[in-house]
Amino acid sequence: MPSLPDVMTPDAEALAKAAGNGARAPLAAGTLAHDLFTGLTRLGDNALILGHRVSEWCGHAPVLEEDIALANVALDLIGQTQLWLGLAGEVEGRGRSADNLAFLRDAWHFSNILLVERPNRDFGHTLMRQFLFDAWHQPMLKALEDSNDARIAEIAAKAGKEVAYHLERSADLVIRLGDGTEESHARMQDALERLWPWTGEAFVADDIDLRLAEAGLMPAPESLRPVWDATLTEVLSEATLTTPDSTFAHTGGKQGRHTEDMGHILSSMQWLQRAYPGATW
Amino acid sequence: MYAQMVKTDGKGIKPREEMTPEEQRFQDRIDAGEKIEPKEWMPEAYRQNLIRQIGQHAHSEIVGQLPEGNWITRAPTLERKAILLAKVQDEAGHGLYLYCAAETLGVSRDELTEALLSGKMKYSSIFNYPTLNWADIGAVGWLVDGAAIMNQVPLQRTSFGPYSRAMIRICKEESFHQRQGYDIMMKMARGTPEQREMAQDALDRYWYPSLMMFGPSDKDSVHSAQSMAWKIKINTNDELRQKFVDQTVPQAKYLGLTIPDPELKWNEEKGGHDFSEPDWSEFYAVLKGNGPCNRDRLEARQNAWEDGRWFRDGLVAHAKKADARRAAARVAAE
Repeated sequence: MPSLPDVMTPDAEALAKAAGNGARAPLAAGTLAHDLFTGLTRLGDNALILGHRVSEWCGHAPVLEEDIALANVALDLIGQTQLWLGLAGEVEGRGRSADNLAFLRDAWHFSNILLVERPNRDFGHTLMRQFLFDAWHQPMLKALEDSNDARIAEIAAKAGKEVAYHLERSADLVIRLGDGTEESHARMQDALERLWPWTGEAFVADDIDLRLAEAGLMPAPESLRPVWDATLTEVLSEATLTTPDSTFAHTGGKQGRHTEDMGHILSSMQWLQRAYPGATW
Repeated sequence: MYAQMVKTDGKGIKPREEMTPEEQRFQDRIDAGEKIEPKEWMPEAYRQNLIRQIGQHAHSEIVGQLPEGNWITRAPTLERKAILLAKVQDEAGHGLYLYCAAETLGVSRDELTEALLSGKMKYSSIFNYPTLNWADIGAVGWLVDGAAIMNQVPLQRTSFGPYSRAMIRICKEESFHQRQGYDIMMKMARGTPEQREMAQDALDRYWYPSLMMFGPSDKDSVHSAQSMAWKIKINTNDELRQKFVDQTVPQAKYLGLTIPDPELKWNEEKGGHDFSEPDWSEFYAVLKGNGPCNRDRLEARQNAWEDGRWFRDGLVAHAKKADARRAAARVAAE
């Protein structure tokens, strides 16, 4: 019997090279390029995952106008995903496209805030999630228009126009349903309370955020809080809804620690790309 | 998307000598190619037929969101996802214009919706077939929208003004959808062996249901004559089906896919293809509710409507409160 080939590769460097087969080496953490890449995937992943959630409603909304509006919002968010992740890939400089980033990263490399991956539940829940996100997203994009990086400012200006409409629509519906029937009020209040602990994460900075703010590339997360608070105070009071009395915030999404839902989102979203590697569609 | 299986009242065409003077004048206007507008006089049967036809078309657009929506979350690239979202959004928009066109005939969108959900009104049977692989999204655009366009292009000249105008707009968007569908098929047919397999499988499953979209053969369709006299329907089912086959055969060949019909061949004498009839017993079975997805499709719409009741009621209640507040403010100001 012939001897089996030696499957051991003793040299760590040779082993790594053989295993990676020329695969991407990640950017070194702590560099500005890595910070910027991360900041951009945070923006792109928020848009992608929320767009995915919103698109789950397609054909199931309570009224035809809402089917159309939801598709519109999802479409805007997917378009923004292409821009943010496209730029992230460019900044990374390792040849990854927006599609590569969307379809071929695993959950721990996604850096969206946890709020956007929360399940749709009922339509009130979906709308409240949208409003809480839009009220952050709109001032975020506004601030990004002043980024030192012209590419970021340009995307933010384009996306900002779309998101101004998203906020107008979601705020208007939150008001109308909050101050509608007893049932619609109760559903919106319940949605607000359930989603509340997932809102704070957007304003919690980590070192990456701080360095990006220092470099004038992206705003410091907490700087967006006053505008968000003001929008909520105004809209929720008109909606006759009560702001929950808690400052607790679940965090981790921005650093790649997600909820159980994330794996399910990715397993449907990425299925074709994963099942048929290298195919073009 | 449109379904051809629309019945008129079944009494056949009314001879001119049996028409009232009003009916004669109405028929003369139609024959002269004039458009009938909502406030003008029309025979009650014309109105009822149009409500049924436009309503059924609108319902088809709405139910048609479901098989395509089935793949939005799994679309393989961001661009494909965006295109599919935009397409499904267009279908909802078509539903909206068509319900508006039907409203001009004196029936509300809510009434039509209730008729759909109770099973009193139909939608196109094609949507009772499932979308099983990604190439189905290509096949639906290429074949189903292709067949729909074949039905709808002549309807741009239909006698009822609002319907005709809605169709002009819808046809523009549908032809864009058909091109997008064909683009998916090209990618799949020229892709990996697995993608090719998906493309052929989609064609195998969607070919005959697409042929069924034109309705039963003219010799078996007893209700068409009056609709044609009224220019609610312009071409016969068989004419349109032939045209569809002749158009599609070279497209399939270009893709390198095989149409699942061993009898399919060019007939020099008639200047068109000979092809096998679809299995009409399947068509009637699906129409009766026994298609693979009938129950699921209707249930999805029923659930959307029922689960959304609180939402619609909430908006109405808010509008009433806002009106009352405005009225109170006016009184206070006076």
